[in-house]
Amino acid sequence: MATATAAPAVLIAGNPNAGKTTLFNKLAGTKARTGNYPGVTVDRRSARIDVGGMSVELIDVPGTYSLAATSPEERIAVDALLAEPPAAAVVVVDATALSRGLYLARQVVETGVPTVVGLNMMDEARAQGLEIDVPALAENLGVRVVELVASRGQGLDELRRVIAKVARKPWRERPLRLPELVESVVSDVERVVRETGTTEGASARVWALWALLSLAGVGERDENDVPDAWRAAVAKARVDAATLGLDLEGAIIGARFARVDAAVDAAVRRSPAAGPTKTERIDRVLTHPVFGLVVFAAVMYVVFESIYGWADPFVGAIEDAVAWLQELVRTGLPEGTFRDLLADGIVAGVGNVVVFVPQIALLFLLINFLEDSGYLARVAFVIDRVMRSVGLHGKAFVPLLSGCACAIPSVMATRTLEKRSDRLVTMMALPLMSCSARLPVYVLVIGVVFAGSDRVFGVFSAGALALFAMYVLSVVATLGAAAVMRRTVVKGPVPALLLELPPYRLPLVRNLLGTTWQRVRSFLVDAGTVILALTIVLWALLTFPRDPAAEAQAERRREAAAAYLEGADLEAEYAAVDRQLASSQLAHSAAGRLGKAIEPALEPLGMDWRIGIGVIGAFAAREVFVSTLGMVFGAGEVDEEDPGLRARLRSATHADGRPLMTPLAGVSLMVFFVLAAQCMSTLAVLKRESGSWKWPVFVFAYMTVLAYGASFLVYQVGSALGWGTA
Amino acid sequence: MTLRELGELPVGTEAAVERVEGPRALRRRLLEMGLLPGTVVRIVRRAPMGDPLELRLRGFSLSLRRRDANAIRVRAAAATSAEPVGAEATAEPAPKARAAERTSLPA
Ligand SMILES: Nc1nc2c(ncn2[C@@H]2O[C@H](COP(=O)(O)OP(=O)(O)OP(=O)(O)O)[C@@H](O)[C@H]2O)c(=O)[nH]1
Repeated sequence: MATATAAPAVLIAGNPNAGKTTLFNKLAGTKARTGNYPGVTVDRRSARIDVGGMSVELIDVPGTYSLAATSPEERIAVDALLAEPPAAAVVVVDATALSRGLYLARQVVETGVPTVVGLNMMDEARAQGLEIDVPALAENLGVRVVELVASRGQGLDELRRVIAKVARKPWRERPLRLPELVESVVSDVERVVRETGTTEGASARVWALWALLSLAGVGERDENDVPDAWRAAVAKARVDAATLGLDLEGAIIGARFARVDAAVDAAVRRSPAAGPTKTERIDRVLTHPVFGLVVFAAVMYVVFESIYGWADPFVGAIEDAVAWLQELVRTGLPEGTFRDLLADGIVAGVGNVVVFVPQIALLFLLINFLEDSGYLARVAFVIDRVMRSVGLHGKAFVPLLSGCACAIPSVMATRTLEKRSDRLVTMMALPLMSCSARLPVYVLVIGVVFAGSDRVFGVFSAGALALFAMYVLSVVATLGAAAVMRRTVVKGPVPALLLELPPYRLPLVRNLLGTTWQRVRSFLVDAGTVILALTIVLWALLTFPRDPAAEAQAERRREAAAAYLEGADLEAEYAAVDRQLASSQLAHSAAGRLGKAIEPALEPLGMDWRIGIGVIGAFAAREVFVSTLGMVFGAGEVDEEDPGLRARLRSATHADGRPLMTPLAGVSLMVFFVLAAQCMSTLAVLKRESGSWKWPVFVFAYMTVLAYGASFLVYQVGSALGWGTA
Repeated sequence: MTLRELGELPVGTEAAVERVEGPRALRRRLLEMGLLPGTVVRIVRRAPMGDPLELRLRGFSLSLRRRDANAIRVRAAAATSAEPVGAEATAEPAPKARAAERTSLPA
């Protein structure tokens, strides 16, 4: 990392929910830095800290149950430990799930890295009546053990002392003893690993065991980057084992657990617990067939409300501040391109970024609360049945739901999914959820094409029905897209659900704020710059080239008006001239020409070039469609309820005189907006969260094709059935 | 004694793992979660929509889909009603040799 002198690295590893983050925060204090593991978008947190007069680089490794790995994100822990050997490792173990945590510790010890076990959650262990003889446990495992209650900072001094001591020790491999027959098969692989000589850090034996557990068999897939010779050796070992009647995985994993279980049995005494635990009592309600679903619905409603409703005042305040700043620039600076760039490009662009912060912050506070408290795992547990049917993980529910409010925080929220394939499918499908920025578009279009009195079957108002249909379409499209992508682009079987349901715990405010800030910061820095740049590009497209003829004509009209009008009439005439000018400028701009150029393609959807400009402008954010149309149709600055714009749209016609906005054209336009990737911020965030431009480009492509196809179908079939005329 | 699929047992049943089958990657992950021969598992509940299930073993709760849980073959013991939850439920730790020599190749 970016440190001048390399301090010895100390890893913090452990099972998910063992308390690593809590421990890391306590040890690192304010010195934590956040980066990224190369290639995978997983946070890498590190901090330079002092332990017992020694400076070490503390590195947080993502939670894992094992060092075996089939995917790049599982490889992180392996590489951190085996490929770039650290000076020491702290394995955080949840004392209430001792043997599972120690299984990981045992693997770490085998590699030879000097290891400390941080026995965390000792408070809970005591409350459950577990008596752990720590010296005996340490003795039996052959590793140092420090008792911790990380959430209360207990045991930290002792841990620092021990880290300092261990980090000075050399590596010492402690091989796993295996039954003789198994040993002979393993040593064949070990020899190949040694001969190919590509291992750094850990020994050939350690890598051989790792390969035997990690590499896929015939007809399976894994994403490990290892020499072919290893694969061949592992395949051969498996055949040999089969002929000998051996179960290699069972033998290796079993031997580790046998060591761990023996140590646990010798060191742990349990007094019989008095009745069900707190977690069990809570779960009887929260996973109850009836109350469980009620609570689930209530909690999900709160999540939704937070980004839909609670964020609103903040969003409003930010928008007001941006408008005020733009006004300040416009009145304070001399007229010209620089002023417009500053006001409409840069200030607007910064606004486009900052405006998402309230939603992101609120959503992440809530999601982190749900995750740290243990409820997020129950959300997945309760809803997995539904999500599974389209190949999604139960935990994908929260991001999808929040997608109804806004895709930007929701794409970021897919981080709660551990598997990259799950994450990718979820984040690529969720931009199809009908976000709140689409609503103004629906409201405008429905207001134009369905007069309030239209009734279907006498009871439903046509507008409400159309709105409802758009939401149904969006949900169906999202789930359908997920199911299709699971079979195509992100191929592979639906990963099994192996979901730990951790005990309910009260989250620490410190952790919640820390993680939330991390998310907000990474959005501002990484996605924010892209959004800012795109806003400026889009502004330029909508502004240049200028139309001198229209400007001159507007000037003449102003002069003429000034000669015979005054007072309010003059003001009104000036405003009308400005609207007219804005409209011609827009038509003359690159975006306007683009709109005209794509008109032939839009015609079969029932749109014309003016709608096309709106669609291009909406790329900044969907609701901008409304204000862009306002400009194109010369209605000035408007919102979706503006009667002036509605009237102009109703009377607008195609070049040949047919009315533009028929109900069918309106529905076609709305369908287009449901399905199209009309949002550059979503694409910027997809780039950030997937780690490459490949995925946002793919999302843009598939959604545009889908939107075009569906809109085409609606308009053409509708026209053929004679619904084309109002 | 007959072996049964873990996912088919009624809620409240306790059972000892006999062997784990299934595709290699799944099997490896199940074993590494401590679902080894001899480990005692209890079916705590099913999710409101019937799937997945919640299992209790070795002091923690694990959720598995029924289909995946069926890769785990068990010897069913009697159903228990008020078994204390939270205690670590490992039967005699599977002796090394026994675990090693068991032949349960993936189906
Ligand atoms: N009672 C108790 N709770 C703790 C202790 N340490 C951490 N917690 C709580 O346990 C929960 C999980 O802790 P984290 O630090 O987020 O766990 P983690 O290992 O970082 O989890 P992942 O980020 O999922 O890998 C949080 O709600 C903590 O507040 C402890 O010693 N005792």
